[in-house]
Amino acid sequence: MPAAGVVMIVAVVLIVLALVYYLVSTIFALRQITASLDDATAGVGEIIEKSAPVAEVVTDINTNLDAGVDLLEGLLVKKAGLEDAMGLVEGLYPGAAAQGLRNFPDSRTITPPRISEVYTKGTLTLARLGREAPIAATSPAGPVLRNVEGGSLDARSLYPETRQTRPEKLARSPVIGTDAPVQYEPSEQRGGTTPDEAEVREKGPWAETAAEGIVPAELGGSDAPREMLAEDRQLGSSVLGESTASEQPATESGIDPSAGDEADATSDGGPEPPEGAEPDLKDAGAAPRQVDADDGS
Amino acid sequence: MTLWWIGDVLLLAVILPVVVYLLKGVLDAARSIVPSVRTVAAAAQAGSRDLDAVPLLLTTQAQVKQTVEVVAGYGGSLDAILDDAS
Repeated sequence: MPAAGVVMIVAVVLIVLALVYYLVSTIFALRQITASLDDATAGVGEIIEKSAPVAEVVTDINTNLDAGVDLLEGLLVKKAGLEDAMGLVEGLYPGAAAQGLRNFPDSRTITPPRISEVYTKGTLTLARLGREAPIAATSPAGPVLRNVEGGSLDARSLYPETRQTRPEKLARSPVIGTDAPVQYEPSEQRGGTTPDEAEVREKGPWAETAAEGIVPAELGGSDAPREMLAEDRQLGSSVLGESTASEQPATESGIDPSAGDEADATSDGGPEPPEGAEPDLKDAGAAPRQVDADDGS
Repeated sequence: MTLWWIGDVLLLAVILPVVVYLLKGVLDAARSIVPSVRTVAAAAQAGSRDLDAVPLLLTTQAQVKQTVEVVAGYGGSLDAILDDAS
């Protein structure tokens, strides 16, 4: 074989060896790529599987939250009015009123009243409960807008107090003392009512004495002139007591005179002894005192 | 004979370098893909782990629903006890 042929064979072999080396290396690299792509595909599959219900759940959450926002905004505007509502929002979260309420586009154009600067928290609560006061309708530097005289009437009706069931105008409490509209002389009456003619006829002659006074003034009664009274008399009529000049009882329910008719000292009086307890008879055998013995004889 | 030598020269001086150059380019491109694909696979697995908390959204969904129901009840009560603005 000529030398040129040998050289050609060697060249071809070199080319084949280069092809084998690089192609085999490429095959290994592609296999690594395939394995990595399999891992990536598996991860992406998990992502797709796990994120599948997200859209539905998030949509449901947003729907519920939207309903809550709509409810709160609607309630606030319904109860406080749009302008006052923006004032309340601005008072709680300064700057939030500029964003306005979502369902009320007009709220963005309202200048929020400075409610928190005009009203204290308690006043605002009372006003909200009773709707008695225009909240910050004008500048806080102006006069107070709350009706201080009638402002508590509506709020008071919120409490379960029996006074609301009473007549609108109850009789006033009786006035006693020197400012009482009707003055009675102490000799005429110290307590109770002055018996009239019918009562005198019913109760008998002794009631006339009560009608005339126990000690008339001319005989030195407590309302006698000072010179007729004893030197040591220091107490005046203001402390000796006077009639209230009214039949109205001092308490709401009054006094039930029939309660005494049913009283029984033998059954109602004393402590309740425990069941089966023996009575205390330690003094039963003692001799009576001399005074008691003399009274009994 | 001269043609044999010319052929030898062409094989060794032209064809062999060209073949080696082209094959090396393919190999380098294939090897450069491997780390990128491995990075993608690692990112996909990490993303899958991050989504393990997705089932908690069901709990969030139930709690939001309960909260809105409470708010609705509270708002309804306020609507009953408070006067309207107008």
